[in-house]
Amino acid sequence: MGMLRVALTAIALAACLAAPALAADIRIACYSDANECEVTQDLAQRFMQANSDIRIIIDRVPFKAIQESLPVQLAAGQGPDIARTTDFGAIARYFLDLRPLVKDAAYWDTNFADTLAWMRTDPNDKGIYGLPTQLTVTAPIVNATLFEQAGVPLPDTKATWDDWAAAADKVAKATKTQAGMALDRSGHRFAAGAISYGAKYFAADGTPAPIDDGFRAFADRFVNWNKTGVVEREVWAATGGGSYRDAFEDFANARIVVYYSGSWQLARLQNSIGDGFDWKIGAEPCGPAACTGMPGGAAFVAFKTTKSPKEVARFLDYLASEPVYAEMMAKTANIPAHAGLQKSGVQYDLPPAAKEAMAQFTHDAGQIVPLAYRLQGYIYSRPIFTATVARLSQAIVGELTLDQALARIQDDVKTAVAAAK
Amino acid sequence: MADATEASAVPARGMSRAAIFVAATRGRHGADWTDWASYVYLVFGTLLMFVPVAWLALSSLKTQAGLDQMPPTVLPYEPARAALPGRPGEFPLFRVTKGDHAGQELAEVRRIGLQAQMVDPAAPAAVIRVPVSDREPVMRLHAAWDNYSAVVSRFDFLLYFWNSLFITVVATVITLLFNAMAAFALSKYNFRGRGTVFALILATLMVPPTIILVPNYLIASQLGLVNSLWGVIWPGVATPTGVFLLRQYMLTIPDELLDAARMDNASEWRLFWRIMLPLSAPALAVLAIFSVMWRWNEFLWPLVVLSRSENFTLQLALNSFQGELTTSWNLLLAMTVLTLLPITLIFLVLQRHITQGIASAGVK
Amino acid sequence: MAEARPLNLVRMMAGRGLAAAYAGTMNILELPMRVAQRSLGPGLAWLFVGPNLIVFSLFTFLPIVLNIWYAFSGSTNLLPSQRPWVGLDNMRALLSCQNHFDPSSCQRDLFWHGVYNTLEFVVLQVTLMVALSLITALALNKKVIGQGFFRAAFFYPVLLSPVVVALIWKWILQRNGVLNGVILSAGGTPFDWLLDARSAFSWTVFVSIWAHMGFYTLILLAGLQAIPRDVYEAAEMDAAPPWTRFRRITLPLLMPSFLVVVVLALIRAVQIFDEVFVLTGGGPGTATTYLVQFIYETGFAQQIREYGMASAASLLLAAVLMLLTLAQLRLVRRGNG
Repeated sequence: MGMLRVALTAIALAACLAAPALAADIRIACYSDANECEVTQDLAQRFMQANSDIRIIIDRVPFKAIQESLPVQLAAGQGPDIARTTDFGAIARYFLDLRPLVKDAAYWDTNFADTLAWMRTDPNDKGIYGLPTQLTVTAPIVNATLFEQAGVPLPDTKATWDDWAAAADKVAKATKTQAGMALDRSGHRFAAGAISYGAKYFAADGTPAPIDDGFRAFADRFVNWNKTGVVEREVWAATGGGSYRDAFEDFANARIVVYYSGSWQLARLQNSIGDGFDWKIGAEPCGPAACTGMPGGAAFVAFKTTKSPKEVARFLDYLASEPVYAEMMAKTANIPAHAGLQKSGVQYDLPPAAKEAMAQFTHDAGQIVPLAYRLQGYIYSRPIFTATVARLSQAIVGELTLDQALARIQDDVKTAVAAAK
Repeated sequence: MADATEASAVPARGMSRAAIFVAATRGRHGADWTDWASYVYLVFGTLLMFVPVAWLALSSLKTQAGLDQMPPTVLPYEPARAALPGRPGEFPLFRVTKGDHAGQELAEVRRIGLQAQMVDPAAPAAVIRVPVSDREPVMRLHAAWDNYSAVVSRFDFLLYFWNSLFITVVATVITLLFNAMAAFALSKYNFRGRGTVFALILATLMVPPTIILVPNYLIASQLGLVNSLWGVIWPGVATPTGVFLLRQYMLTIPDELLDAARMDNASEWRLFWRIMLPLSAPALAVLAIFSVMWRWNEFLWPLVVLSRSENFTLQLALNSFQGELTTSWNLLLAMTVLTLLPITLIFLVLQRHITQGIASAGVK
Repeated sequence: MAEARPLNLVRMMAGRGLAAAYAGTMNILELPMRVAQRSLGPGLAWLFVGPNLIVFSLFTFLPIVLNIWYAFSGSTNLLPSQRPWVGLDNMRALLSCQNHFDPSSCQRDLFWHGVYNTLEFVVLQVTLMVALSLITALALNKKVIGQGFFRAAFFYPVLLSPVVVALIWKWILQRNGVLNGVILSAGGTPFDWLLDARSAFSWTVFVSIWAHMGFYTLILLAGLQAIPRDVYEAAEMDAAPPWTRFRRITLPLLMPSFLVVVVLALIRAVQIFDEVFVLTGGGPGTATTYLVQFIYETGFAQQIREYGMASAASLLLAAVLMLLTLAQLRLVRRGNG
């Protein structure tokens, strides 16, 4: 009996000791805009064949889980080794600095300079916290077939948001389409217009100050467009709170003429619309201050809680290497966040319409103003975006006047930032 | 208010008649108007309860094109398509309503703006131009079972089904055992602290689970229950409803039965599982029904505890596809039907027991 | 008949198998339980209550205690030890208003929108739910042909999960949904059911009644069926008019079930969340934002997670529920006594 127990314990112990040497498990919580997780899965498969000591498990989760459940899991010391997220501010304190772990930190610094900054919490921070999987840019997506039928020319590169709204409305009326335009229910999309109209978002001392004349000018327009039906009201007004909702379904079913979303929709546009109608990407709508979109993009971030930091770094190093990264961009139809590849260009294997769209997106990305990058990289950008959506929706349905709504946005942001400190 | 008065007058009269002459309302003398009113009400209510679900089930057999059809149809129709010699693929058929070709069924090869290029399947060489407003799609009856096969193949449906099933069955068994044990002690033993324990358990009836979500998560994570099906099972097994229901039922079982068994030197545990449990079968059945219902439909807690897709339950899968599938309601509807199907089947088989069981438990 | 026999055999075998498994498992526990009985004596009761109590303590009592700590402490940290004490700050922030009847004048306007919406919802929903359940139960109690079928039909939606219920009605009510399709084909003008504040609110009331009414109907029906017939016979002999009979006999005798229904419906209505959250997300604006959604969003859905604020709100909600239940218990006692 005694011998048996000793033997069993020894076996169990041996198994415990041997296990880590056999394989390190790396869990990735992954949400997809289109096929990002599948492509990563393929690449991981190849990586594992060359690195049999690492096992990569990809959990496909909805975006909502990344936004809402992941922070709680991390706070409780649970959570994956890597996650694909766009919401860096909420979980920045759990990030693992990969700088000492990656093969060549200089390669990362030169190639991902702009987007790496988004994952840092202050300007002095030099950490490398993850691999940006794309650079996205917001831009108008246009139903060209409807424009053609209405005989309205596409707005050109100098067209303002007002021109876009007027053109979209004209097309909608001529073709009996439900509404002219729609913006995703997101303060990020809204910020593109606001910055173009001169919103500064920050006070001189660097604290957030979202409400100014520029913001008000665009907010006023947007609320009115919702009220007059130029903009599809259901997208913002039918939901409460600050939750995200896109208008892709409306666009795919030709219920709106112009859809202000972004480059991450490319794969979805190809797959769900097919030859249903012709769609094009428009030039960035202008305001008095700029003609800018908002940058963005998800990244694979690593967490301190991981038991295999070295392996995590090895996998991310693999994904970051130029040929693999290029393949990832080509297969997911994304603009690279990689400076070298931005210059040399990615060989996309796309049908002509998508190729043309990609070119336009890339062009629009070049037009993004520095303020837009700064806002996107600001640690508390999400409270600003959430407040924008929640309060402007209230103004759209008539619960608040525009002034009240703007005052509330200011308050909400102040409260949130104070609570975080 | 008038309605309530009329309807409430009904049972009194109905009951007394029934007492005197059971078949009276079943048409011997012809029913009185209150009977008709009840029938109208009940039929209307039944339609209101069933039609949404039935329509959903029928619509889950429509293609996306069929769902977009305005006005909506009851039966699954889809646009008819035809193959054309010399051209690859199939093309949608339209009936021309105006112009030279009115009444003809033509296949649309291409649509350019407001003009459609159409071809007569009988004479495929000639291209006919028709304004899009002068034609309507030809529809045919077609059940799109591929919606279901797509859902099952694309989204690990069987895995989610298994997870839901495992949680439901295991949690129900544990719930029944634990609650029955507690109810047994609370109803048949007189021990210090009994009142306190019972009051505490009842008080938790009022705590909405949403409210203690955060601390609950913290505790589950400390116990290593996160991302495991057991993390969904354990927190919910000590139901106040179950303890209350079983205790009330066990109080009605006479103590003499237990005393007689004690005479035969049976252990208390034996009394519990040989006598109490079998005698409490009706109440246990009700609790089992509740438990199955709760567990199968549970949403918020699993949403927080289970973050790995291999652990997802059907409800979680449905919720996450709701976000991903906004452009394909056909798949979403099929998924919805698959999710509600098991519980519907159980209900169809056990309908009488379930409704009677819950009714009797509610009164006790 | 010939076909039925193998089926019966299978059923019998399955039954036997289950019974054997049941007896086997229970017998394994026989020995330890006997030992426990001998050593514990009357303390054995605690062994029976034990498993249930442990789970209760871990997943209900402990969280409630932690929740109280959260409510009086600040910061966005999840671990209780890392949260500094802030006293009544959270409560004060929640309750501070210039005018308590105008939510938009409050510091936390969303909380007060939630309070007022919930209040309106509870009053309307519980009244309608109880009234409709009673009418349905009375109609069912009429010995109608197909009683079982009707009863089942009204009960069926109770079995559906909140997500399924919400999806069904979203599909019906959205702008390009079935209801507007039907209206359109009947020549009417479609309406944005979920875009209008009053309409969206009414639909959340309707949908929640649709989903839960069958349960209360069953309880009331059982209550009606438990009323002895001879009571009515006695009343008939007195030639009492129907309304009087209902008020004097049916209603008083139905009172216990009726109160159970009111209490359960109230507690459930105050906690309304799941269906509405999936159906409207609280919109349009804040028209269907109820209290539990405020708690959920403050503590879970924001980037800055104000656990303290969420817990403070939930303590206030718990206090209200406690009061409601106490009031109900009072009523029941008075009704019985």
